[in-house]
Amino acid sequence: MSPDLALLRLHVNGGDVDVAAPPHWTLLEVLRYRLGLTGSKQGCDKGDCGACTVLFDGKARLSCITLAGDATGHRVTTIEGLVTKEGLDVLQRTFDEAGALQCGFCQPGMILSARACLDRNPSASRDDIKCALASNLCRCTGYTKIFEAVEMAAREGKKAELGGPVGGSVPPLKDPTPVSGARR
Amino acid sequence: MNAPKMPADRADPLTHTRSPNRVFGPQPPGEKFEVIGKRLKKVDAAVKATGEAVYTDDIVLPGMLHGKTLRSPHAHARIRRIDTSRAERLEGVCGVVTGAEMPVKFGVIPWTPDETALAVDKVRFVGDPVAAVAAVDEETAIAALELIDVEYELLPALLDPEESLRRTDVQIHEGRPGKNGNITKEVLLEFGHAEQALAASDFVVEDDYFFHGTAHAPIETHVAVARYGSDDVLTLWSATQIPHYVHRELARVLDLPAPRIRVIQPHLGGAFGGKSDPFSLEFCACKLAIKTRRPVKFLYTREEEFYAHRGRHPMQMHFRTGMSREGKITAVDSKILIDGGAYSSFGLVTTYYAGQLLTGPNDIPNYRFHSTRVFTNKPPCGPKRGHGSVQPRFALEVQIDRLAEMAGLDPIEVRRKNNQGANTTTVNGQRVTSNAFDQCLDVVEEASGWKQRRGRLGRGRGLGVAGSMYISGTNYCVYPNDMPQAGIQIKVDRSGLVTVFTGASDIGQGSNSVVAYIVAEELGMRVEDLRVIAADSDLCPVDLGAYSSRITFMVGNAAIHAARKLREQVQAAVGAEWKIAPKQVALAGGFVFDLEDRSRVLSSAQAFQLAEAKFETLGSTGSYNTPNLGGSYRGGTIGASPAYSFTACVAEVEVDLETGEVKVPHVWTAHDCGRALAPILVEGQIEGSAYMGFGEVFLEDHDVDERGLHMRPSLLDYTIPTSLDCPEFHASIVESLDPEGPYGAKEAGEGPLHPTIPAIANAIHDACGIWLTKLPFTPAKVVKALAEQKRSKPPTSHRNGGV
Repeated sequence: MSPDLALLRLHVNGGDVDVAAPPHWTLLEVLRYRLGLTGSKQGCDKGDCGACTVLFDGKARLSCITLAGDATGHRVTTIEGLVTKEGLDVLQRTFDEAGALQCGFCQPGMILSARACLDRNPSASRDDIKCALASNLCRCTGYTKIFEAVEMAAREGKKAELGGPVGGSVPPLKDPTPVSGARR
Repeated sequence: MNAPKMPADRADPLTHTRSPNRVFGPQPPGEKFEVIGKRLKKVDAAVKATGEAVYTDDIVLPGMLHGKTLRSPHAHARIRRIDTSRAERLEGVCGVVTGAEMPVKFGVIPWTPDETALAVDKVRFVGDPVAAVAAVDEETAIAALELIDVEYELLPALLDPEESLRRTDVQIHEGRPGKNGNITKEVLLEFGHAEQALAASDFVVEDDYFFHGTAHAPIETHVAVARYGSDDVLTLWSATQIPHYVHRELARVLDLPAPRIRVIQPHLGGAFGGKSDPFSLEFCACKLAIKTRRPVKFLYTREEEFYAHRGRHPMQMHFRTGMSREGKITAVDSKILIDGGAYSSFGLVTTYYAGQLLTGPNDIPNYRFHSTRVFTNKPPCGPKRGHGSVQPRFALEVQIDRLAEMAGLDPIEVRRKNNQGANTTTVNGQRVTSNAFDQCLDVVEEASGWKQRRGRLGRGRGLGVAGSMYISGTNYCVYPNDMPQAGIQIKVDRSGLVTVFTGASDIGQGSNSVVAYIVAEELGMRVEDLRVIAADSDLCPVDLGAYSSRITFMVGNAAIHAARKLREQVQAAVGAEWKIAPKQVALAGGFVFDLEDRSRVLSSAQAFQLAEAKFETLGSTGSYNTPNLGGSYRGGTIGASPAYSFTACVAEVEVDLETGEVKVPHVWTAHDCGRALAPILVEGQIEGSAYMGFGEVFLEDHDVDERGLHMRPSLLDYTIPTSLDCPEFHASIVESLDPEGPYGAKEAGEGPLHPTIPAIANAIHDACGIWLTKLPFTPAKVVKALAEQKRSKPPTSHRNGGV
């Protein structure tokens, strides 16, 4: 092994994994380039955008400004780790149903911040949710449907069930009746 | 032997029959809509929610190298010499490329190619790409950049558009003989008699407005991966929203036959117009892949993203608008100076759009605009959501409110009065078909409690309104040709799977989902039995890309066209089997049944098998082209669209009269999108548009300092709204059923942004009596305007109590 690589034992998504990586590498680099966990995104590489957010002992943390070495001895959960044998995390389903996903690039980080928020406070109010997501930038949605998705998940609790089929019908969030446009 | 020279697109005599315009009407193909208009999941939502979706930066190829770009530290300089030899000798460096190896100029508009992949002779802004390196890893590539020696001869930098206009001794691009090369485009058009009409008006307002530069700031930066195989096929994966134009320009710049090039757009992490030009990294990745015979990836840093820019053009706008005592607009006269930055990009179109897109929903009987775009030594501007018209819309809608106040009329009433309505032609010759602007006004008036609340909110609080109109695609194809603007291919499998191939770019707006919903509707299928393959030049028919709000309208019509042919084949085959008329065969929900005897049922797959037996291998193509539209003057087709969307917006503000801080608790937006094919997606576009407009008003400011250095090249300094900054966005859909849109649909992605900005400006006036005319509205500007108001006016003159 090259002497300038550090051997790290990380605990990622429920399992131990040994990684050899340059000692200056961030957790995001190790996740993306060593472990192939590309669900964690790089949007700024300096802690501004939140696309790299992971759970670190259950709390939201920016992996692009966390040294991989500092992750040893901690539980790291990425977006891939939210999917279990029982199916998707309820948030992954409600983000889908609420239409909270447009380009989807910020969403792994956003969903993980939302997970940390609901784990901390299962009955989080809209203001709690807004605060919890304040370090995750979304450029597509204006956040409205993201808030609705997190609220839906909070209402359902954490009982994860498999999502409906792609393109399946979703319950309306509000009165969906459009206004008739017939000109008077 | 020399190969025969390929004719230019337009020069080929075989292409001179224009592909037809087809209209299918707003009705469902069957008894009622089964898929269209329902609140459905997106086809790609699950893979995005789980992190499975592969974006360009997630692609890793065997032996892949990492590319990096050396950029100019000077705003304007001549390159005397580039020496790459030290970089080439660095261990781990596999290839270096400079502008001399790719001297062919490119540009998305074929009339104004003025960019090169890397600088040739000159750099024109801080950040202009100069050389590129491919190395075994990112660190080595960065180290190699330090070893490239560039000798610059500094030139005076023009950072002020007025100086560019004035000075001919400093030329950013060489002009034609006798012309100022700093002027990229000038348009002066007059319809009616603006001067006389203004002179005869009861009220006239005249003001200067400024719209600042803003950036797209998608969360995914530019990224490209190129591979050149031993089969001589060049493949580029790129985060682009216009794969077709990238394909064309790659062939020209790299001097490769276009059939040897494959361009693929993977999942894309936001674009908003910022990925609609071909970019340096796409050419460099390809060139270095060819040179090194290894795959090469370029990923722009966030700082590079800000310098690559193509954001909203700063505009200095002088506007005069006249109104009669009854509240009818009499004339508009505008003079606009557009700061284009260092290159043309879409600037020719921007210069037209700054005037051409303003002639609705308000009827303007006399209209003159004079817009001039100039080069400056700054990051190049380009198209951003609401291209070219968001800036003048701000000026016009504020002036309408000023005039309404002078006439003593309600601002919503004034807009109703001036609405040109459906089935009209604007003063500049644009055909308007469906128009539900009045209903949009009704909705926001009601939702915001306008009648009960306006003027009764107390000191510092107010409501403001604005309206707008936007194109659903443009008649003006970027390169003139007679071929369809959109194409679709459909393949039907015996298993019951239908695969739809579209060149359209899903940039998050959900175009793949819309295509899937339309084909599912036509073929009576479940959406999950359908797959969409998009934006891959080897597999998909050409589509021009995600710009001008064109995809739903154009690709949607092409999808109906292709799918309806298959629908008719299925109906004919099943009808023959059951010995009933084809139109008695219904397709819905994954089944095919007899309308007269609903117990007689086949699965879609069984029906496809009957059709395959009767008609042989099933497949179908569809396409869309616009009708001939637009005024018969030079530029008359620019801004001509097969349909226009309409939006009304009311904003509520709370102005802190001490600190100048403005809070926006609510924004109500009602948008006429024709038929909402996918209501969740339409709401998302309305909310996202309002969000983006809100950010531009208060938070975002793209600018450079006196050396040409970006003032805020990070997402910490260039502040885009967070979850805590945003107002409550209330989105309402108004359906007007367009006669030519797919099932009556029009655009939703760009129109709803426009009125957000003037609605907020008008609300601030309603709250405290000041007119803010220079964006962004910082607390300092608010405080200054309040102080000026105090000096010039007694405090009780304003309805809400003044200051």
